Amino acid sequence: MTAPPPDDCLARNDWICGDYLSTRRQILLDAVVQHLQLTVISVALGLVIAVPLALLARRRRWTVGPVLGITTVLYTIPSLAMFSLLLPVYGLSATLVVVGLALYSLTLLVRNLLAGLDGVPAEAKEAARGMGYGPTRQLLAIELPLAVPAAMAGLRIATVSAVALTTVGAIVGYGGLGNLIYAGMNSFFKAQVLTASVLCVIIAVVFDLLLLGAERLLTPWRRAGHRARRRTRAGEGVKRLVTVGGRRT
Amino acid sequence: MNTLSGVWTWLTTAANWSGENGVWHRLEQHLVLTFACLVISALIALPVALTLGHLGRGGALAVNLANIGRAVPTFAVLVLLLLTPLGRHGQWPTIIALVLFAIPPLLTNAYVGMREVDRDVVRAARGMGMTGTQLVWRVEVPLAFPLVLTGIRIAAVQLVATATLAALVGGGGLGRIITAGFNLASTPQVVAGAVLVAVFALLMEAGFELAQRCAPDRSRGRSR
Repeated sequence: MTAPPPDDCLARNDWICGDYLSTRRQILLDAVVQHLQLTVISVALGLVIAVPLALLARRRRWTVGPVLGITTVLYTIPSLAMFSLLLPVYGLSATLVVVGLALYSLTLLVRNLLAGLDGVPAEAKEAARGMGYGPTRQLLAIELPLAVPAAMAGLRIATVSAVALTTVGAIVGYGGLGNLIYAGMNSFFKAQVLTASVLCVIIAVVFDLLLLGAERLLTPWRRAGHRARRRTRAGEGVKRLVTVGGRRT
Repeated sequence: MNTLSGVWTWLTTAANWSGENGVWHRLEQHLVLTFACLVISALIALPVALTLGHLGRGGALAVNLANIGRAVPTFAVLVLLLLTPLGRHGQWPTIIALVLFAIPPLLTNAYVGMREVDRDVVRAARGMGMTGTQLVWRVEVPLAFPLVLTGIRIAAVQLVATATLAALVGGGGLGRIITAGFNLASTPQVVAGAVLVAVFALLMEAGFELAQRCAPDRSRGRSR
């Protein structure tokens, strides 16, 4: 006599399933860790490349066109194609996904850094010069801090998109939670697909809030400012969103 | 540079271009899918955006929709839709996912475009006795046109990219050349497919860039 099949949510293949969470906790945890690593390293790499590029573009005005042009062209390439184009260089590795995502974040970071640096009021720079600040001290103490809000807007968008895009890395086996979605698709495992998708969105939201908190800590003078300033900023926010363009897929 | 010559050989082999799995057929699928979804999403998003923009309401909705969209992985939505009962209806999961992701840029840009029309111009038009409908079609829409076009451009390029991802869930389009290459463990085919997709996406972007350059004078310098 054979035992009847267990009547739990895993056997029924429900979308929402508590048993899935408890039995596959380790798999989920590993996927989340991989997802976080891929996202954080790629955005950090993008930032490390973007800051010198933006500073160069500002120092030598003629480089602005080429820098913005090349990063924008890179941003146009679909993610599946980007990861595949890097395949001969990096093979099936995590590096491939990291480099691909870093290239995407470059566009957003360079654009916003430049906008932030260009937005530094001339009076602030003149005041610094009047106080005897050299070019380096002026950059570090005046211009970069004042560029933080615009740069952070780019960083937040870049990070949130990187979290979503990492899932496509499943095509080469390094997609973090995307791996679970890919495997779940092939085996019609609904609970796994839904759980992994929801975790992706949660990670994106948490990163966004953390960066928002960091921005507030880095710009204490903005909190001291009054409502009047905030009102003008609200209008800027909408404009910036449009210049940044669409999301990556 | 073995891969490079392999890619060249793949691209220059006539057999890879013809037939059911050939480049021409995949390109046609890609084009049809992109344009069908662009038309559907424009028909949904633009009337809503123009109405909300004219009335000056729903700004938070238009802006937040774009932000929320960024956090949701397209690939996850494609797979989720595929596993619902909709998944048994051929292309529909892909089309729905594509339309969902093309709506936010269309909505946001058209809304912002309508709101950014100079309020003095609107007041002047009202003073001339224009009705609401006349105001929308003769003043607001023409002035908002550059930003509406930018939204269409962003949506179109995004659709090209998303249609590529559809291949991961068994849809058609150029992405299929890449996924088929992965299944065959043929790096030259994967890279050749990626080159084709990238060229197509860049051509789409360049086409819109050209169209925007040729647009009427008043739109110049405002579109970005």
